Formats: sequence, structure tokens, C-alpha cells
Amino acid sequence: MNYRHIKKWLLLAAIIISAVASQFSGAINAYYLQIIIFIGINIILAVGLNLINGYTGQFSLGHAGFMAIGAYVSAYLSTEHSAGFFRALGGANLFSVAALFLGVLIAGGLAAAVAGLIVGVPSLRLKGDYLAIVTLGFGEIIRVLIQNTDAVGGPRGYGGIASYTTLFWTYSIVAITIYVVVSLIDSTYGRGFLTVRDDAVAAEAVGINPTRYKVTAFVFGAFFAGIAGGLYAHSTTYINPSGFDFQRSIEIVIMVILGGMGSTVGVTFAAILLTLLLEYLRFVSGYEWLPEIIRRIAANRVIIYSLVLIALMLLRPQGLFGWLPRRGVPVGSARVKRTKLPPHAP
Amino acid sequence: MSSTEFIQQLINGLSLGAFYALIALGYTMVYGVLRFINFAHGDVFMIGAFTGYYLSPRVLPYFTGGFTPLGPVAVLILTMLTCALLGIAIEKLAYRPLRSRPKLTVLITAIGVSLFLEYGGQFVFGADPKSFPELMPDRALEGTGALTITTTQLAAFIVTIILLVALTFIVKRTRLGMAMRALSNNPTAAALMGVNIDTVISFTFGLGSALAGAAGILFALSYPSIDPLMGLLPGIKAFVAAVLGGIGNIPGAAVGGLILGVVETFVGGSVFSTYRDAIAFSLLIVILLFRPAGIFGRVQVEKV
Repeated sequence: MNYRHIKKWLLLAAIIISAVASQFSGAINAYYLQIIIFIGINIILAVGLNLINGYTGQFSLGHAGFMAIGAYVSAYLSTEHSAGFFRALGGANLFSVAALFLGVLIAGGLAAAVAGLIVGVPSLRLKGDYLAIVTLGFGEIIRVLIQNTDAVGGPRGYGGIASYTTLFWTYSIVAITIYVVVSLIDSTYGRGFLTVRDDAVAAEAVGINPTRYKVTAFVFGAFFAGIAGGLYAHSTTYINPSGFDFQRSIEIVIMVILGGMGSTVGVTFAAILLTLLLEYLRFVSGYEWLPEIIRRIAANRVIIYSLVLIALMLLRPQGLFGWLPRRGVPVGSARVKRTKLPPHAP
Repeated sequence: MSSTEFIQQLINGLSLGAFYALIALGYTMVYGVLRFINFAHGDVFMIGAFTGYYLSPRVLPYFTGGFTPLGPVAVLILTMLTCALLGIAIEKLAYRPLRSRPKLTVLITAIGVSLFLEYGGQFVFGADPKSFPELMPDRALEGTGALTITTTQLAAFIVTIILLVALTFIVKRTRLGMAMRALSNNPTAAALMGVNIDTVISFTFGLGSALAGAAGILFALSYPSIDPLMGLLPGIKAFVAAVLGGIGNIPGAAVGGLILGVVETFVGGSVFSTYRDAIAFSLLIVILLFRPAGIFGRVQVEKV
């Protein structure tokens, strides 16, 4: 059996396992269940961002903005339009709820993908630092726009969302996301992403259009972020614009960097690890026996993010999981040509 | 809009632009020698304001009687020194070990340093806004007719002009300034001619951070509520100013800062006032799309 078939069977197995596991979710402590679902959502976000930041070598700092679009669009549709939908399908039964949820998730993903297209277009002309600042700006603009939209509650947030997200939905989408990204990168077309990252000029010389690849990466990444946003909204049942701020974007960026940019397996592990770690820190900040300074640092996530970022870049730029298999020349690895002087045009 | 109103807005805009110009100079100089955007620069500005906040009560009592006016000057100079040391330390600890690595690595580190200063600042100084001490009486000048010019505005103008003249002198007339220009022009050739690259880069960071520190004090005099996240927005706007003037170009950064300040003030005074903070981002996107080299920058052709 060749590799391609194994991937398909793995996908199928993952979906079946998540469907079966979902039947027993009642037996799991509600708090743990929530964390397991958050892990899944973070995997989708990180694997999607990895396509932009890792495989295509762009640098997006606004992923939470795409997630916000998906969350708000899907939550709005499922809350305001579910009644008519259920009437048309003969009441809220297992089938109609599934159809509705899948529909609003995809609608949220598509809305985010359109935003990704809009952000991706200026990215054709921008690189590195500039792109980072522009995506940061876009992410903030999206958040400010939502804050000023009264139909979804503005700064008060949007509540009363049906709790549709289950283990089955989350983890089958995780499996599909990983499958799509891995298949994409493994395909002939997908090798173009790596080529654009490693040498855009050479890519152009062999007939690969870097612009199209960069925009495609943004559209795909944004689509998955939108879906993750939809899952998130229907899991917490209440969303707030400030939950999708710069800090959230940085969280996803850290997952991608920890996992070693350009390794889907590594990024998946990193998403699991970081979600668990951040949850654990909540407890640490409550431990009375710890010195107060440690508890205060544990309560302030961003100090930890910043230290993790600096330490990783100085000590292990290839990420914690840099030894895992990946495609092409890893970003930041020792195999990249070294120059002692700052890079300049002559 | 009457002509008096117009001139008034222009004055307000220029005084706001002076802060942006001072911060933008740091971005542009660092970009000139290292080809990298120091994300943490806006936070050095914030540290400048906090240094002034903590130094003032300890320094001002030494200046009594006829020396009272020298107190704020001493605070300003000490703050600039502190920020210069901070900038040099950041470069030494975080950026120097990464100089031979891909640009993305340095960029991520810079974001890390920025977050560290912001939230570390929140940790040390507390998250609540603090009110900056009044270093000098803030009142409107007399004899300006219908125009209102405050003493802090005047002080900001004077200090900015002095610093700009000093900077021009350092860059154009001193050996280190010459080394800076050489490094910015061609680092390989500069190194071969005996320029000590590390010293020059440290010096550039020190110089830029000192200007950001001065901007922090001047800003806090005009807007006395300071908090650890105050550097974020002015930092991004100053970056836009640097790009507007042509990044890497020193006079361009000063002009870009002034233009941004004036545009922002005029928009703030118009019916579009709620979009004031969005101006900088929109401007940035427009420049990057239509004239990425900025007003004074030269277009660089990518060579293979």
C-alpha cells in the first residue's frame, strides 16, 4: 500500500475514532472536554498558519482576525437564521442540526477566506517585516470593525450561541485540515509553496508565479482559521472582540514557531503542548506555596510568550520539534547560507 | 476653516509630528545599518517616559534657586542616557547573536523583545496609568494673538530642533557618523576599510534609543498619562512615518514624522475624527502599494 493510500485510511480512521469518542464525551469531565476541544481548535489554527508562515515563508501576524470573522459569521448565521432553517427541514433533529452546523462553519470559513484574499493581495508586494506590520494592522482593523458592528453586540460581545461543537466535529475537522495541508504540500502544485519560500526569484524563473502561491496560502490559511473560529464560537457559546486580539495571533504564531516552521507534525504537537501548558499556568498562578513573583509571572501569559520567543530564536530557531520530518530547507536552520554581515544590496 | 484655525491646527500637527519624527529617526537609523525593523523601538519610547517619571522626584530637588530650569534638562539627559544603554543592551543580548541568521528570526526576536518590554513593564510598573510629574509650568504663551501655543509645545519644538541639529552634526561631521554612513552604504567595504561593525551598530542603537527616550519625556509632558502599553501606537505610527520618508533616510524620517502629525491632526479635527488612528495604517498600505521607497527613498532593484 503506498503512502497516498495510507493518508486516506488515516483520515478515515481519525474521523471514525472521533465519532466514537464523541459518543463517550459525556463521561469526560466538562472542563477536560473543553480543553480537548480547544486543543483541536488550536491545531486547526496552527496548521493553517503554518501553511502561510512555515511553508510559504510569509509572516502573518493577524491570524486571530480571520478566526474572528469565521466565529462571528457562523455564530450570527446559526443564531439568527436557525429557526427558518429548521422549519424548512422539519424541526431540529440530528440531521438538520448537522447540516446547519456544517453550513455555518463553511460559511464562516469562506468569509474568512475572502478576507484572506483581501489581505493576501497587498502581500504580493511586501516581504518580511512590512508584511508582518500590514497583517497586524489588518487583524486590528477587523477587530475594530466588529467592535463597531452593533448587530453582533459590538464591544459587549455576542452571546446565546448554540453549543454545537462536539469532539466529533472538532477532531474530524482537525483530521481533514491536516490531510488537506499535507496532501497540498505533497502535490506537484504544492511544491510551489516551498519553492516560493526558498527562493522567489528562482521560482519565477522556472515558471512558478510567487504571487499566486502567496495569495493561495493566505486564502487556505484564512479558511481554516475561519472554521476554527466557528468551532470556537459554538463551543464557548459567547464571543467577544477582545478575544481575537493581537495576543491571540501571537499565541498561534508561537505554536508554529515552536513546532518548527514548515512541519505539520511538529506544529500539531506544539499546539497540543502550548494549550496544555497555558491551562496549567492557570493552576500555577493559584498555588499558594509558590513565591508570589512566580505566581504573578504565571498569571501574565505575555511575559512567558515573549521569553519563549526570544529564547527559541536564540537557542533553537528550528523549533522544539525541528527533528521531525519536513519538506525543503527549514527556515532558520544551519543549512541556510550564513553571512556574517547584515544583508544588503551592494 | 479660517486661516487662524488652519495655522492653529498646523502648529498642533507639527508638535505631534515632532514626537513621531524623533521616534522615526531611531527606526530609520537602525534600518540603515542593519536592514531590519526594530519592533521594540516604540517600547524604548515608553521606557523613556517611565524613566522620566521615576527620575524626576529624585533629580529635581537638587536644582534649586536659579538652577531650577536646569532640572528638566538634567532629567531629559539622564533619561536619554538610560534609554541609550537599554538600546545597546537589547542589541547586544537579543539581536547580535542572530546577525548571521535569516531576517525572519531577528524579526520574531524583535517582536519578543517588544512584548517583553510591554508586559514586563506592566509587571514592574503596574498596569494602571500613572500621571507624569509637571516638569515645567504648562500654560499658553502670551502675545500670539488668536493662536494658542503652550509652553510644553514650545519646549518640544526647541528640544526636537536641538536634537535634530546634533544628530545631523554627529552623522555628517564625526568619525562614528561617517562609519555609520559607510556601513549603511556597503557593510563589506566598510569592514574592509577598518570600520568596527559592532561598535557602529551599538552606537546606532544607542543614538536611536536616546532620541526615543527624549520623545518619551516630551510626549509625557504634553500627554501626562503614561502606561506600559503607551509605546505601541506611537511606535507603529512612527514606523509609518519612517516608511513615508523613505526608510533608511534620516531627513526623510523627520519630514515623514511631521507630515504624519499634520495629517493626523487635520483628520482629527474634521468629520472623520473617529478614524484618526486608522489613518496611519491606511497611509502605510497606500505608500507600500504605490511608492514603497517612500518620498525620499531610492527604488532598489532586486538583483539575482
